[in-house]
Amino acid sequence: MSQSAEHILDHENLFREPEYLEMFESKKTNFEDPHPAEKVAEIRDWTKGWEYREKNFARESLTVNPAKACQPLGAVFAAVGFEGTLPFVHGSQGCVAYYRSHFSRHFKEPTSCVSSSMTEDAAVFGGLNNMIDGLANAYKLYKPKMIAVSTTCMAEVIGDDLNGFIQNAKAKGSVPEDFDVPYAHTPAFVGSHVTGYDNALRGIVTHFWEGKERAPNDKINFIGGFDGYTVGNMREVKRMFGLMGVDYTLLGDNSDAWDTPTDGEFRMYDGGTTLEDAKAALNAKATLSMQEFCTEKTLGYIKERGQETVALNHPVGVAGTDRFLMEVSRLTGKAIPAELEKERGRLLDAIADSSSHLHGKKFALYGDPDLTLGLAAFLLELGVEPVHVLATNGTKDWAEKMQALFDSSPFGKGCHAYAGRDLWHMRSLLFTEPVDFLIGNTYGKYLERDTGTPLIRVGFPIFDRHHHHRFPVWGYQGGLNLLVTLLDKVFDELDKNTNVAGKTDYSFDIIR
Amino acid sequence: MSALRQIAFYGKGGIGKSTTSQNTLAALADLGQKILIVGCDPKADSTRLILHAKAQDTILSLAAEAGSVEDLELEDVMKVGYKDIRCVESGGPEPGVGCAGRGVITSINFLEEEGAYDGADYVSYDVLGDVVCGGFAMPIRENKAQEIYIVMSGEMMAMYAANNIAKGILKYANSGGVRLGGLICNERQTDKEYELADSLAKKLNTTLIHFVPRDNVVQHAELRRMTVLEYAPDSKQADEYRQLAQKIHDNVGKGTIPTPITMDELEELLMDHGIMQKVDESIIGKTAAELAAEAAA
Repeated sequence: MSQSAEHILDHENLFREPEYLEMFESKKTNFEDPHPAEKVAEIRDWTKGWEYREKNFARESLTVNPAKACQPLGAVFAAVGFEGTLPFVHGSQGCVAYYRSHFSRHFKEPTSCVSSSMTEDAAVFGGLNNMIDGLANAYKLYKPKMIAVSTTCMAEVIGDDLNGFIQNAKAKGSVPEDFDVPYAHTPAFVGSHVTGYDNALRGIVTHFWEGKERAPNDKINFIGGFDGYTVGNMREVKRMFGLMGVDYTLLGDNSDAWDTPTDGEFRMYDGGTTLEDAKAALNAKATLSMQEFCTEKTLGYIKERGQETVALNHPVGVAGTDRFLMEVSRLTGKAIPAELEKERGRLLDAIADSSSHLHGKKFALYGDPDLTLGLAAFLLELGVEPVHVLATNGTKDWAEKMQALFDSSPFGKGCHAYAGRDLWHMRSLLFTEPVDFLIGNTYGKYLERDTGTPLIRVGFPIFDRHHHHRFPVWGYQGGLNLLVTLLDKVFDELDKNTNVAGKTDYSFDIIR
Repeated sequence: MSALRQIAFYGKGGIGKSTTSQNTLAALADLGQKILIVGCDPKADSTRLILHAKAQDTILSLAAEAGSVEDLELEDVMKVGYKDIRCVESGGPEPGVGCAGRGVITSINFLEEEGAYDGADYVSYDVLGDVVCGGFAMPIRENKAQEIYIVMSGEMMAMYAANNIAKGILKYANSGGVRLGGLICNERQTDKEYELADSLAKKLNTTLIHFVPRDNVVQHAELRRMTVLEYAPDSKQADEYRQLAQKIHDNVGKGTIPTPITMDELEELLMDHGIMQKVDESIIGKTAAELAAEAAA
């Protein structure tokens, strides 16, 4: 045996030991009835060609590795951003386990979230009793200040009526009559996590604002949207607003809930927009959303209530941050301070320093609609060609917007936006029209392995690299972080490509 | 003991499905068959004539009381009535909430797992109205009912529903063993009822297995929560049900894959029998005032 109590091998190495290799080989030949290796290789090669790509893109009734999640995940994200708020998902338990683990794997923090635990009889009789008992238990056990309700597929298919159920539960005394229970229907089989975020946030805003008189003031509201970098980004936004002297309300701030310190105290809830602030946000003069596609319905409602609304597309880089800060300046009348101008100059300087290593490189990119728009604009700014940009939850509007972005830059020539496509489509694109680098989330590592395209991890979820969410990608500082992320991979690849002694190491340089 | 036969009665709501099925099954019991009735209607009225009861406690209401279906025992849900016919009702939610279709699936799974079918010669499912969703198609899915009997009448909507049910059967007929056993016409005394029912059966590639005449004795029996077989065994109507029972009993393995027709074909059928006039396309969607104005011009 290759391991003993004194000598434990990690699974990474353990299964390469001879006894395991022999066992795997025996399993394969004796029980798996495998095709001959040549046949497998032949088919694998065929899937790399144009003929297969055309078949792949003609595919209608099958999705392979979609780069999106479901609505309730976004609804839980939105709820976590409010003070003392417990996300409550009406439906089956397993769904909620998924949201909790998904966020915890990305943010490396626990995510408090409860389920109404609907079982088979609830599916038949409707989930009213689950709502009544669930709200009562959640209120008593976890002492939240607010419970934000969303739904899973199960409750949606049988047509459970949240509004009626919550009123019924209140009448039965599950929670006090004046306790805040905003809700949103979030059928997981429609839209994606960005839709769910939008529905949930609109539910919360509507809950606090509906029927209230608006007394306009000079504050602005800020909405971040569903964002894997929310911890770093929100703190950076607060810092920039502080430097500008902006009077603001963040509608949804997850930065503390998903970054609690280890100091001996467990925080079930931490930070977040206070409920008072959420109520008072009705009176703001304007609301700025960093992610248009995450907030279409929310901004629609806010506009209806008389506020000016501004929607950006996850702005990153120099021009993106310029646009963001100038909008804030325009809305608030506050000047952009010299400190921020200096940061801008530093980012520009850094870009210029490294320009020769990025200029003219070809990239592929996938992710949420707003993130891909923001990143593509940044790449164009760097002189990088974003050849393939794909968003599974991207709409026709998104694709048009992306095309307009391509058209605005010489580096956008020949670049394509792929709305509604999945990562199996991306695989075909990477084989038939190869690029130098791929930007995407953790799931991109399969594409990296399959196609040999180096993966730069930007997006959500990122499970296999730690702590990047704690650093911003917004603002000039965030632009710098992104730039470094891109460059680190570029240099790693350059070193890898030049490290054979006596053969390629003529370019294995100390200075890059 | 012969192999278990599973049959199901489908048909438009209010057509007399439960009455017909209970009388027929009572007649089958008279023939010595051991019978289990599975009511698949939230109204839970598929077994009242056998049990002399208003409505029996349903699987789902008992499950809700007990906490979950897993907590139920077969004895809790099964009642025994006329000639030892065993009865269960799946039950379902109040109108307007939940999912009745899921209830049917839950109940049938429960019965199978608990071995409710052991020792029975016949299992009969009584299913409400149209096959509105997958749940109500449960009895016609694989390894459930082998033959479906559609209760209908000479009324347009009953025939329409029958055709829809045939569509549902067709969907499962190719992947499973379900077949259409035949149409049972419950006389409503509409014009040319027998001819219509017979032609529809032919169109659907099946037979009109029996034409049950209208007789007030059914009403009398029903007021006493009894089948005619029990209330008036010597009546002519009891004989009709006996004939139907015998036909069903002899119909084993003779079911067919139905050939449902289009709405147009169904209307044509009515026109062929002179029940319906050909529709003048020029008047469709016109109000009385518009037609009067046209006539005046």
